[in-house]
Amino acid sequence: MVYTLALRNFIHDRISLIVTLVGIVFSVVLMAIQIGLYYGSQEVITAMIDHSGAQLWITPIGAQSFDDSPLLKGGEKYAALSRPGVAAAIDVAVSILNWKRPDGGSQAVVIVGIDPEDKGLVPWNLIAGSTEAIHQPNAVIADKAYLGDLQVKGVGNTGEINDQKAVVVAITDHIRSFTTLPYLFTTLTRARSYIHAAPDQSGFVLVRIKPDAKVEAVQADLKQSLRDVDVLTNQEFLDRSVHHWLFATGAGAALIAGAVLGLIVGVVVVAQTLYASTKDHLNEFATLRALGASSGYIIRVILVQAVLSAIIGYLIGMAEALVINWATSDTQLVILITPMLAFSLFLITLGMCVFSAISAIVKVTRIDPAMVFSR
Amino acid sequence: MSKKVAMLEARGITRVLGEGEAQVTALKGVTLSLRAGDLTLLMGPSGSGKTTLLSIFGCILAPTAGTLLIAGQPTAGLKAEGLAELRRKNIGFIFQSYNLFPTLTAVENVMLALDVRRKVVADPRKVACDALERVGLGHRLKSYPSKLSGGERQRVAIARSLVGDPSIILADEPTAALDGVNGKAVMELLADIASDKSRSVFVVTHDSRILPFADRIVRIEDGSIVSDVRQKRALASEKAS
Repeated sequence: MVYTLALRNFIHDRISLIVTLVGIVFSVVLMAIQIGLYYGSQEVITAMIDHSGAQLWITPIGAQSFDDSPLLKGGEKYAALSRPGVAAAIDVAVSILNWKRPDGGSQAVVIVGIDPEDKGLVPWNLIAGSTEAIHQPNAVIADKAYLGDLQVKGVGNTGEINDQKAVVVAITDHIRSFTTLPYLFTTLTRARSYIHAAPDQSGFVLVRIKPDAKVEAVQADLKQSLRDVDVLTNQEFLDRSVHHWLFATGAGAALIAGAVLGLIVGVVVVAQTLYASTKDHLNEFATLRALGASSGYIIRVILVQAVLSAIIGYLIGMAEALVINWATSDTQLVILITPMLAFSLFLITLGMCVFSAISAIVKVTRIDPAMVFSR
Repeated sequence: MSKKVAMLEARGITRVLGEGEAQVTALKGVTLSLRAGDLTLLMGPSGSGKTTLLSIFGCILAPTAGTLLIAGQPTAGLKAEGLAELRRKNIGFIFQSYNLFPTLTAVENVMLALDVRRKVVADPRKVACDALERVGLGHRLKSYPSKLSGGERQRVAIARSLVGDPSIILADEPTAALDGVNGKAVMELLADIASDKSRSVFVVTHDSRILPFADRIVRIEDGSIVSDVRQKRALASEKAS
C-alpha cells in the first residue's frame, strides 16, 4: 500500500506534479547537455591525438594543444629516427591560416599537413572522395560540419589559402575542433609551403616505438638527445590539451558550473514541491501515525514519491536531451551523451530527489499525531 | 467485581498542558478501566479533558503522571516507535472528521490500515472487503471518499478501525458530523462491535442521542471523572455471563 498511497499522492495534485516534473526535466536536460558538452569538448580536443597512433609526441616547448602550437626548429624527425627504440617518426605540420571564401570573405582554418603514406594522422570518417586524392594539385580535405563556413558545397569546390588556390577533394564527418576553426588536411609539402616552413620543419613529430622498446625509456632518451622540445607520451599530450582548453581557458569550468546549476535548480524545485506536497497531506500522515504507522513506513511513502518523480522526470529529461543531441549532431557543437553518462545522470537524479525529500521527511517525523483530533 | 477482562487500565492519569502562566491541568488523577464487551461513552462539556484523555488512551499523548496499561502492557517509558507499535497492535481509531485518505478508494483505505498494522493475511483485499461488507458498504468498495456520504465515510472509518482485530476501539465524536439516521446507524454498528467479548469500545461524545447504545456512561468535568454509570443492558449482560 506504500506504493499505492505514494503514487496516488504523487498524481493527486496535478499542478504540483507538473511543477516537480518541469524542475526535474529542466535539471536533467541542463546537466545532460552541459556534461555532454564537456565530454564532447574533451573528445574534439583529443580527437587528433587519439587518432595519431603515436606513443610519443615531440612538440615545441610548452605547446599547449594540437591546434595552437608554434613550429619546431627542424630536423627533429631524423634526430628521433636515429635513436634506439624508435620505429617511426612522422612529421605533422599544423598552423592557423586564412581561407578565402568564394564570396571574398575569409575564414580562419587549421591546416594539418600530413602524408598519408606515413600513416601518421590520416583523415578518418571519409564520406566523399578518397585520402589518396590529397596528392592532387592544391588538394585539401574538409569536414562536413564546416562546409558552410568555408562556403563550399562539396568535392570539387574551391577557395584560396595564402593566395593559392585550394580544391576540396574529400570530405570527412565528425572531425571537429574545439576552437570551431575548420581542420583542412593537405600534404605535408603543401602545408609547409602555406606556412613558409623549411623542408625539415613541422609542428609535431609523432613517434612510434619498436615492439620490444619501453615508452618511458625511449621518452627519456629523446628528452636527453633533443634540445628545445618537449617529448610527451600520448596521454601527457592529451592531458595537457584538455587542461589547456577546458581549464586554463575556463570553458570547462563554465560547463561544469552549468551542470551544477542544473543540479541545484533540481534540488530546490523538487525539495520545494515535495515539502509542499507533504504539508498538503500532513493530516493524512498524522492519521497514518495515529493508526500506528512507524516512522519508516511514512518515510517510505515520501521516498517512493521522490523516486517516482526522479524516474519520470529523468525519462522525460533524458529523452529531451537526446533529441537536442540528435538535432545538433551535424553542427559544430559536440554533445556526447554516453550510456555511462546517461546512467550516471539517472543515479544523480535519483540522489537529487531523495536528498530533496529530506525537508519533507524532517517535517513528517516531527508530526504530532494528536492533530488528528483537532477540529 | 466484574468478570470482564480489562483491555485498558488508567490509574491516576494527570496531564498538564502548556507552560508557565499558561499551564493548565487538563486531567486530574483520572482512574478508569475499559473492559471487553463494553461500549463506554465519555461525556462532558468542552474543555473538560475528553479529547486529552482519548489521546492518552490512544498512546498519542503521554500522561504527566499516572499509569496506563494497554492490554496489560504499561506505556511508561515507551518512545514514539514503541507507542506506535502499541497502537498498531491494540487500538483502532475512529475520528470525527473520518480522516480517510482522499486518494484511496474505500477498500484501499481499509487495506492501508491492514498494511500499517503489518497483518499478514493471504488476501488483504478480501479482508478489507469483508470489513466493508460488515458495515454495509459492500456496494461502495471502489468509491473514493469524496463520492461517499458522511455516514458512509464514517462506516469506512469503522471498517478501517476493525481490520487487524484491535482490542480497543477509540472513537472521537463519531456522530458529530452526521444526521440522526446516519448517527444511529453508526452507533448501532459500534454497539455491535462492542458486543464482541474480545473488544472494548470507548466513545468520546457530546451527542446525547447515542446514550441508549452505551453499556456505560462516564462523565468528566474539569479534568476529573464526576460519574461512572453502568446502564441496565450492560448490567444484564454481566449477570448473564
